[in-house]
Amino acid sequence: MTDIPNTFNLDGERIHFEPGETILQAALKAGHFIPHLCANPEFTPHGSCKLCLVVVNNRSGSACVMKALPGLEVQSDTPDLNHRRRTLLQMLFVEGNHFCPGCEKSGNCKLQALAYDLEMFNDHFTHFFQPREVDASHPDFFLDRNRCINCELCVRASREVDGKNVFGIAGRSLEAHIVVNSPTGLLGDSTFAKTDRAAEVCPVGALLPKEVGFRKPIGARLYDSAPISQTPTAVKEEV
Amino acid sequence: MTEAIVEPEVLEPIIARYNGDPGNLLQILIEAQNALDWLSPGTQGFIAKSLDIPVTHVAAVVQFYTHLYDTPRGKYRVLFSHNITDRMAGSPTLMAHMLKRLKLKRGVVSDDGLVSVGKTSCTGMCDQGPALLVNNRAITRLTLRRIDEICDLIRARAPLANWPAHYFRVEDNIERADMLLGSAYAPGEALRAAIACGPTGMMAEMKRSNLRGRGGAGFTTAVKWEACRDAPGDERYIVCNADEGEPGTFKDRVLLQSFAERVFEGMAIAGYCTGARKGLIYLRGEYTYLRAPLEAKLSDFRRNRLLGMGICGVPGFDFDIAIHLGAGAYVCGEETALIESLEGKPGRPRIRPPFPVTCGYKNQPTVVNNVETLCKVTEVAIHGGLAYAGTGTRQSAGTKIISVSGDVERPGLYEYPFGVRVSQVLEDAGAYDAIAVQISGAAGQCLTPQEFGRRIAFEDVPTSGSFMVFGNNRDLFEAALNYAHFFEHESCGFCTPCRVGTALIARILEKIHSGHGARYEFNELNRLHQLISTSSHCGLGTTATNALHDIMTKFPTVFDRRLIRRDFEPGFDLDAALARAREVAGRDDANAHLDAHLGEGVDA
Repeated sequence: MTDIPNTFNLDGERIHFEPGETILQAALKAGHFIPHLCANPEFTPHGSCKLCLVVVNNRSGSACVMKALPGLEVQSDTPDLNHRRRTLLQMLFVEGNHFCPGCEKSGNCKLQALAYDLEMFNDHFTHFFQPREVDASHPDFFLDRNRCINCELCVRASREVDGKNVFGIAGRSLEAHIVVNSPTGLLGDSTFAKTDRAAEVCPVGALLPKEVGFRKPIGARLYDSAPISQTPTAVKEEV
Repeated sequence: MTEAIVEPEVLEPIIARYNGDPGNLLQILIEAQNALDWLSPGTQGFIAKSLDIPVTHVAAVVQFYTHLYDTPRGKYRVLFSHNITDRMAGSPTLMAHMLKRLKLKRGVVSDDGLVSVGKTSCTGMCDQGPALLVNNRAITRLTLRRIDEICDLIRARAPLANWPAHYFRVEDNIERADMLLGSAYAPGEALRAAIACGPTGMMAEMKRSNLRGRGGAGFTTAVKWEACRDAPGDERYIVCNADEGEPGTFKDRVLLQSFAERVFEGMAIAGYCTGARKGLIYLRGEYTYLRAPLEAKLSDFRRNRLLGMGICGVPGFDFDIAIHLGAGAYVCGEETALIESLEGKPGRPRIRPPFPVTCGYKNQPTVVNNVETLCKVTEVAIHGGLAYAGTGTRQSAGTKIISVSGDVERPGLYEYPFGVRVSQVLEDAGAYDAIAVQISGAAGQCLTPQEFGRRIAFEDVPTSGSFMVFGNNRDLFEAALNYAHFFEHESCGFCTPCRVGTALIARILEKIHSGHGARYEFNELNRLHQLISTSSHCGLGTTATNALHDIMTKFPTVFDRRLIRRDFEPGFDLDAALARAREVAGRDDANAHLDAHLGEGVDA
C-alpha cells in the first residue's frame, strides 16, 4: 500500500505529483502545458472555462479541479480534446466583443494566445454582439466587460487575497456579468486599488491599467515569440 | 423618495425574523419582494448593509432567480407557463389575447405601473393547463373567457385574495393508483414501524428494499443514507428536493398537496437512520401556494409528537423540518445547486467531489432525496424491505408515479409497478394517435412509436416521471425549439459550453424556424450536441441537447422538411433587419418586405 508511487500518466508520460495537487498543478509543475484560462493555482479552483478539459479513465473533466491520483490515465493533447477546446474558444470569442488589433492586452492575452496555439483561425459561430458596459470611473483602471470571459479570477483574487470582495458575478446564462461592490456599482466608488492582486490577474483585457498603454511594444510581449504552450515564463509564473 | 422612508419599516421585521442571517438571504429577498413588489437598488443596499454582506452578493441572488425583480414589474405580475404542453393547449393565443386586452407588450410594465405579462418555465400544471402565475399564485385551466375576467380584475385593482377561489384550485387528477397513491395509511404508522426496527434495523430494511431515487438519476437510497451516517460531521441534514422543475412533471406537487405526511415521515425516518436532526424542504417558488398547508400539517405533526424532541416518545430521537422557498431556477433541482440555494446563494452547481453526503448543506453531511423517494421510505418501513423489493423489476423495485400530459384524453398521475410498457400508459391515458412521447422532461429522451413497447425502468427507459405525449398533428420541431429556449434561459451561466452552447443552439434553431436553415445548420447542431453533452459542468448541460438529438436522429422528417436545399444560407436576414424601418414607416404590407417566403415570428 505504502509503495504506490505518486505518479500518473499524461499523454503517455509519467508525471509526479504531491498528494492533494490537481492534475493541472502537477502537469504545469512538470513542464507539461494543459490549456487553461480560469485556473490559477494561487486561488480556489473554479472549473468554469473548461479549456483544461482532459479525459481521465474515459471520462471528461476539468484538470484544474480533479485531484491527481496514482495510476490515472490522463489524455490532454489529443485531436478530439484540442478540437473541443478550439470550439470553446470560439464560443468565448463570439460571446464577448473581442477586437484583438485594438486591444492593449494583445500579445499578453491568454485567450488570444490559446487561440493561436490551438490554431483557431476564425470565430466560426455567429457573433452575439451583446451590449456590455464599460466602466471608466476608476482613476487607475478600466473595467471593460466586452472582453470579460467570466473566469472570476478578479472575483477570487479580491476575495481571497485582497480581502475586499470588490467583484462578483450576477445574472445567469449569457447575461452573467461582472458586478462591482460599491453604492453606485461603479469601480471608481469601490475600494479597488491598483495595488490589489485583483488588478493583476485578468487573463484578458477586461481589467486594464490606465495611462500605461503599449509600454511594451507589440512584438516584444509575453506570447509574441513563442506559443503559450512553450512559454516557460508563463508556466513558471503560475507555479 | 418615499421609498427610502417606508422601506426600513417593511424590511427590518423581515430581516429580524430571519435572524439577520445571510444564509437566509434568498428567503429575505422573497419576502421583501412580496411586500414591495420589486427589489430596488435601495432595498438591495439596505439588506446588504443589514446582513453585513457585499451588495454584489445580493445582486447576484436577485439576478439569478427569475422570479426576483430588480426593475418594477407592476402590482400584478402575470407569467404564462411556457412549457410545450401549455403551448399545445393554447397558451400563446391566450397570452396574445391578454396583451391585446391590456394594451401591453410582453415583458413591459403598463404605463400606470399596474401590470406586466411575461412567460415562465413549466409551472407544473401540465395536466390542467394552460396555466399562468399571478404574483406566484397558479391559475389553471385558462380559457379566453377566464383571461377576460382576469383582465377585468386587474384593471379594477382587485386584491388577489378577492379573486374567485376556483381560479386557484389545483386538482390531483390521480388516474391510476397503486402502492403509494392507493393504500390506506395513518400518520405515524411508518415512524413507529421504523422505531420498532431500530436505526440499524431500518437501514437494513432500506438496503433490502433496493429503493432507488425517484428524481431521475436512480441512486440507491440506502447507500446515500449510509454514506451520510458514516461521514464525519457536527450536524447532519435531510433535504427534500421539492424543486420539481423538469418540464412535464407534477407528481411531487400532488404528493405535497395530498400525501405530505408521508414525505415528513420519510424525512424523519431518514433522520432516524442517519443521525440527522434537521430536515429542510426546498419548495419551488411555483408551488408557494403549498407552503401554508404544509406548515399547518407540520404543526399537526409536532403536536402529535411525530416531529420535534423525543419523537414517538423515543428519548434522543429529535427531528424537525423547515421549509425554504425557491424563486424560479430549474438548475436548483441539481442537488448541489439546491444546497447553494438553501444557503441563500445563487444556485450554481458545486464542483463534485466532494458529494453532499460528506459535504453538503453548511458543508455538513447531507442527504438530498426526491419527494417521491421519501414517500417510498414509508412503504419500506411499513411493509419491510423484502416485500418492497417484490414489486417492479430486478433493478427497479417498487412502483413509479408518472405525470402524463399532452395529447391524451385523461392527463394526470398514473402509478404503476416499474416495468410497465410505454404503450400501456398511452392506452390507459387515452392517447390514440401518439407520434412521440417525451420521457423524463426536456432533459430526457424522445421515443418513437416503434419504441412504445419499451419499459419504464432504470434498466430500460428511466424517468423522473414526466411523460409528454405528442399527437399526430404536432410538429416536433416546435418541441425542440421550446426545449432550446428553456435551456438557454435556465443555464446558470457558469461554464462555457452550457452558457454559450445553449444560446448558440437556440439561435440556430431560430434560423431553421425562420426558413433559412440548411444542412450546414443541422450538422452544427450535431457538433454542438457532442461538445455540450460531454464537456459541461453539471447535469443541466450534459442533458440539455438529449431531446434535440433524439428528434434529429429518430425523426428525420422533422428537420428535413424545414431545411432549404442550398448548402448554406447566411445568418444575416436583410428583411428582418428592416423591421425597425417598417415600424417607423408604419407599414407592414407585402411590398414593405424583401422576401415573400419569410417565416413567421418565433415567439408567439
